[in-house]
Amino acid sequence: MNVPLSHVLAVAAALFVIGGVCAVARRSIIMILVGVEFMLTAACLAFVGAALAWGNLDGQAAVIIVMGAAAAEAALGLALLVHGRRGGGTANADDYNRLAG
Amino acid sequence: MTALGLLFYLLSAVALLAAVLAASRRNPIHAVCCAMVVFLAVAGLFVVLGAPLPGVLEVVVYAGAIMVLFLFIIMLLDLKAEAGTVPMARFLVPGVFAAATLAALFALIGTDPSGRMPLPMALATPAAVGQMLFDNYWMAVEAVSILLFAALAAVLLLGRTPPANANKGSAA
Repeated sequence: MNVPLSHVLAVAAALFVIGGVCAVARRSIIMILVGVEFMLTAACLAFVGAALAWGNLDGQAAVIIVMGAAAAEAALGLALLVHGRRGGGTANADDYNRLAG
Repeated sequence: MTALGLLFYLLSAVALLAAVLAASRRNPIHAVCCAMVVFLAVAGLFVVLGAPLPGVLEVVVYAGAIMVLFLFIIMLLDLKAEAGTVPMARFLVPGVFAAATLAALFALIGTDPSGRMPLPMALATPAAVGQMLFDNYWMAVEAVSILLFAALAAVLLLGRTPPANANKGSAA
């Protein structure tokens, strides 16, 4: 395979930054969570590339653990959204400002 | 350029393009469908990089479970669908910071001379990954299982229907 590790890391960095921009710039809570999922996936991609470069399986084990954390994060975030919506809130993160003076 | 190398660059382009599309769509259902394309492309990247077990888990967990959960919640909450893209002005300030971060990361990646060597061809069997995971990282697996159980308990608590006499706070 003619792909150097630096290209894998560059793709992971680009995906991470796109996810970060999505999480910061969007107002919908759904899109903020999607951005965070992109960032976690980019970290997984860097782990898999590093596992191949160093020839051991620790990176792939880390990916499986990160996926468990990502599943818990998505489930909890969406449950909080449903809970807030049931209490009269919206799906817009800017509307949750009741603590602002 | 081998076929696997070509596949790597093709899947990377698909993943990054779909990620940009997902970040800029206003309609949440379109955005989540683009995100699904991102996760399928990344699953392909995992397989190309010799990790079939994470690749299959990416399809099952991310593209299957998590994204379907997102679609389910969007439809359950009946979020209003707006057409078009997010105004570019909103991406201006985060985009400046993102460009700076990306430049710093690329410079950092470029300084590593060992990163320029081509990666070896390898394929990790799922059995070997599972063996390694439960030999060396059993504590982390237990921690993740406790985390998932805590998330399950919290979701059950948050999603509980309030008793009939205690729903004064909920505006319909």
